[in-house]
Amino acid sequence: MLEVSALAKRYPTGDEALRGVSLTVGNDEVVFVIGPSGAGKSTLIRCINRLVEPDAGSITLDGLEITTLPPADLRRARRQMGMIFQEFNLVERLTVMENVLSGRLGYVGLWQAWRRRFPPEDVAMAFATLRRVGLDGMENKRADALSGGQRQRVGIARALVQRPKILLVDEPTSSLDPKTSGAVMALITELADEERIPALINIHDVPLARRFARRIIGLSAGQVVFEGPPAALDRAALGVIYGGAGEELEGALA
Amino acid sequence: MGAPPHPVTPDPIAAPRVWTRHTPAQTAGRVLLRVASAVAIVWAAQGMGVRWEWVADSPTQLADLFGRMLPPDWAFAGALVEPLFQTVNIATLGTAMAVVLACPVAFLAARNTTLNRVSYLAARLLIVVSRSVDSLVWALIFIIIVGPGSLAGALAVAVRSIGFVSKLFAEGIEEIDRGQVEAVTATGAGRLHVLFYGIVPQIRPVFAGVCVFRWDINIRESTVLGIVGAGGIGFVLNTAILGLEWARVGLILLVILGVVALSEVGSAAIRRRLT
Repeated sequence: MLEVSALAKRYPTGDEALRGVSLTVGNDEVVFVIGPSGAGKSTLIRCINRLVEPDAGSITLDGLEITTLPPADLRRARRQMGMIFQEFNLVERLTVMENVLSGRLGYVGLWQAWRRRFPPEDVAMAFATLRRVGLDGMENKRADALSGGQRQRVGIARALVQRPKILLVDEPTSSLDPKTSGAVMALITELADEERIPALINIHDVPLARRFARRIIGLSAGQVVFEGPPAALDRAALGVIYGGAGEELEGALA
Repeated sequence: MGAPPHPVTPDPIAAPRVWTRHTPAQTAGRVLLRVASAVAIVWAAQGMGVRWEWVADSPTQLADLFGRMLPPDWAFAGALVEPLFQTVNIATLGTAMAVVLACPVAFLAARNTTLNRVSYLAARLLIVVSRSVDSLVWALIFIIIVGPGSLAGALAVAVRSIGFVSKLFAEGIEEIDRGQVEAVTATGAGRLHVLFYGIVPQIRPVFAGVCVFRWDINIRESTVLGIVGAGGIGFVLNTAILGLEWARVGLILLVILGVVALSEVGSAAIRRRLT
């Protein structure tokens, strides 16, 4: 499905964000990536759809090499990847429906998009998705009128109407309170299961990762330092990932 | 043990600490700067070649001028309707043309949406050229090209406004939230789709505010364009001054004041509602 190998990225500031990261996400599999701030989690996700250009390594989605695609082909490949953001990244001054339908922008002409004339099947799918994420009847509210949890549900709906082959999820709960975080994370993992969409989910909330993950990858200083089921994520493993802060984290988990 | 000493009580043994806002060097620099400013002002005043005997006379002249303007020639009001209408039209049409032309310039003049270095510098150059020439000068140029009248005035207003409008649009574009643009890009949308969905909604309030603000400025600018023959109420004003018809001049000035005040109140009200 998704195969990343020897991915490297150094920013112009000299920060080595990724130093040879390799991982795979299988069909229907949800993989969680944990690690401290600055470990390269966001860079990893952004390299996969090339919002950030990787320096070296390879990324293939269903056998298609992403890293060398020319712009038009890259846009086609991006339509296959639904992304969910830490800060939701909704277009604040547009309505919920416009935000959800922007997930279909890769498939409609400029004039249709400008006139908000999306194909009826896209609109029907958007309505159904809004109901599924719990925002029935909210389609004409402006995004900036919603609460944090509602906004992230719009973000999830936007990614889902792309009918993606994979979900790239970047710290979806970092801007939310603990209770909402749990609900949003449950929604994302349920939807990935129902729709049989594999997902790569960044998260720095270790308890939340333990609760929802079947497979966890630990990233530290741009390298994969742990891989395994939640049960294998013991004090020693946390110490390796978080560099000595493992004990405190272990305490927080109890 | 008694209560501990209050933390803000000074230690009685230690020498009192001295604090000054500026170091002696800074103080000397500030004094020097002030002396230099005073010298510059005196020097400039001498360079103007002021005829002080005329200045001494000015209160009498002022009273005399106002005396001749008052009461205004109200009977002349009917003749002002047409040129006044023309003035508002010049401002409105000029602003509309400027906004249409400023849109592409603004996207090229914003660092985050420009195509490359050349397009950025070209757009910035256009903005500087438009802003560095006054609308009266643009009017003189357009009178040569299209002949005297309102069209020359509207073109002058438009060309003069492009720089201002583009500059403020471009600043608005540079301040947008990149995350929203990133999210639309991540859906696989094309460049123009991203522009219309990710960028345009974000700059719409700035866009509307700048349009109204510039229209308000243009009302003021177009009241004087007639002085050089570019149509509007300025032409009538100039004629009245040259004909020494001071009561009419008084009325025209009152009318201009009224229109400018109205446009200013109106534009302020609209801009307040936009935020």
